[in-house]
Amino acid sequence: MVTGVSRDAGARCARRLADDPSIGTVLGIDVVPPRAELGRVRFVRADIRNPVIAKVIAAEGVDTVVHTGVVATPGSAGGRSSMKEINVIGTMQLLAACQKAPGVAKLVVKSSTTVYGAGPRDPAMFTEEMAPRAIHQTGLSKDAVEVEGYVRGFARRRPDVCVSTLRMANWIGPKTNSPITRYFAMPVVPTVFGYDARLQFLHEDDGVAAIHHATVNDLPGTFNLAGDGILSLSQAIRRLGRPTLRVPSFTAASTAAVVRRARLADFSPDQITFLTYGRAVDTTRMRTEFGFEPEYTTAAAFDDFRNSLGPGAVTKASSLLAAGLGALRG
Amino acid sequence: MPAEPVGVVEDVEDAPVTEAPPGLDFAGLERVVRELFGEDGERRVAEWLAFLRRRLSGNYEVDEFGYDADLTDQVLLPVLRPLAEKWFRVEVRGVENIPSDGGALIVANHSGTMPLDGLVTQLIVADHAHRPLRTLAADLVFQTPFVGELARKGGATLASNDDAERLLGRGDLVGVWPEGFKGIGKPFSERYKLQRFGRGGFVSAAMRTGVPIVPCSIVGAEEIYPLVGNIASLARLLGVPYIPITPFFPLLGPLGLIPLPSKWLIEFGEPIRTDDFADGAADDPMLVFNVTDQVRETIQQTLYALLMQRRSVFF
Repeated sequence: MVTGVSRDAGARCARRLADDPSIGTVLGIDVVPPRAELGRVRFVRADIRNPVIAKVIAAEGVDTVVHTGVVATPGSAGGRSSMKEINVIGTMQLLAACQKAPGVAKLVVKSSTTVYGAGPRDPAMFTEEMAPRAIHQTGLSKDAVEVEGYVRGFARRRPDVCVSTLRMANWIGPKTNSPITRYFAMPVVPTVFGYDARLQFLHEDDGVAAIHHATVNDLPGTFNLAGDGILSLSQAIRRLGRPTLRVPSFTAASTAAVVRRARLADFSPDQITFLTYGRAVDTTRMRTEFGFEPEYTTAAAFDDFRNSLGPGAVTKASSLLAAGLGALRG
Repeated sequence: MPAEPVGVVEDVEDAPVTEAPPGLDFAGLERVVRELFGEDGERRVAEWLAFLRRRLSGNYEVDEFGYDADLTDQVLLPVLRPLAEKWFRVEVRGVENIPSDGGALIVANHSGTMPLDGLVTQLIVADHAHRPLRTLAADLVFQTPFVGELARKGGATLASNDDAERLLGRGDLVGVWPEGFKGIGKPFSERYKLQRFGRGGFVSAAMRTGVPIVPCSIVGAEEIYPLVGNIASLARLLGVPYIPITPFFPLLGPLGLIPLPSKWLIEFGEPIRTDDFADGAADDPMLVFNVTDQVRETIQQTLYALLMQRRSVFF
């Protein structure tokens, strides 16, 4: 059973699992019917915030639950309170239902590296044992921390269930539609003046493959997942060939509000601190214990995403300039 | 068909007159560059253009700590070089004590109100030992706009055991100034008196990774901005450790920011091995304190010896 299939990431994970012949039936759960084609996935319209979910799990004899239903943006969920409702209350209900279902043997949770927060006191790279240094009280990172707290509680109460928590770096790729991809797709990219964040990305194909890997193998534990290497924010924007607008940090919140009103991208305060200080995670355990090798490095994933966008203004200008110079030279 | 070289020369002569305006003529530009900078200069200009091209297209490597080797080698260190060589006339001793490969921890005294000693040491190690020195800096550095950005690109990272051990474990050369703000912000009257060496975290990091500790004594940095006073109330308000008063700052305004041209001596001492301690030595506080004291004593004695050799502060 896969939750959150009406959104893109969940739908792709569900399709990938359904394509695997070793997996019997794949149930897709969400409140609204998915827009994307689900293929062999059987869609069940149910709300994870509602105890009815327990009946679905019991009736269908679900043995594996893949939870991808954590929402990253308030906009797509219909406001911050509703986003929190889906993320935190939804996870609580889902885990409560799993606890009552003796048939459930495995839980895979798609979490995010935002649980580590972002700040000037951060170590260069977070390992799975490190606690966040910066205190975050808003948005996805708070939800992700709470979700992981409930997942740990569940793992304690049901030691017979194999629980894998996958802390994934930001997904990126031609098909991903997330705050980060919309941010980079803006014609002029605003950044915080005087700071240059370190970024890590995970290619969307690697993300889906990792969920599949965790579902078909028994890999209990918490794992950081990210592509190799890092990009600095300024470097990433230069690769896009887009002009940058550097705004002082005290105007970052109001800039984000303007951007949100213009429906260009959706920023929460924790994303602004992320784009200020950046974050990198250690992926040693991904290789040694989780046994997963991402196909794309951070830079390769970003280049794949860039190729799906049109060329930026700076690239266009420089190619025009080069063509003009070439013409003058004869 | 004319011989190849002749044809090229003719082209160069004719081009500005007949075809394009002189500013856009590449052959002409090439000739001007060659005349101005010589054959070697032409290569250097080409390197610079290649560097600019890499920067503009984002086609360079940044390691996981944010260290941008391309920027550091092409811009940051060349900017520092005249300051170290011409202004402070740095004299270096004991370069052979810096290991040529593998991890090592360089521990130095801190002074001078502004952390110029850290930057100069980084340059000296890059020029003499031909290895990048990765420095450990306070979290205040990474909170400050621009400073934090440049520090990360120049190879600095947060002074914490996690980061230090990660760098040392990879076989990097790491520089640390364990006195921190206590050393850099001490009054001029206490110059060359070492402050407490933190909590000895650097020793336990070296022990855990088994790398040698290279003591480094820096003479001269104390005199660049003699700290005679501190506006403590304003410092508290701004959340910084001190607001310095020097003989020229804030009296002369921005002019007071020019460091005094003191003569610098930097000596790297004999490496102290940490790999022959038993397992778990890093968690033995007594042993860690002893080694910390040994490093501190070595640096203090070398400082006194160097001060005796120095003829005057400025020569």
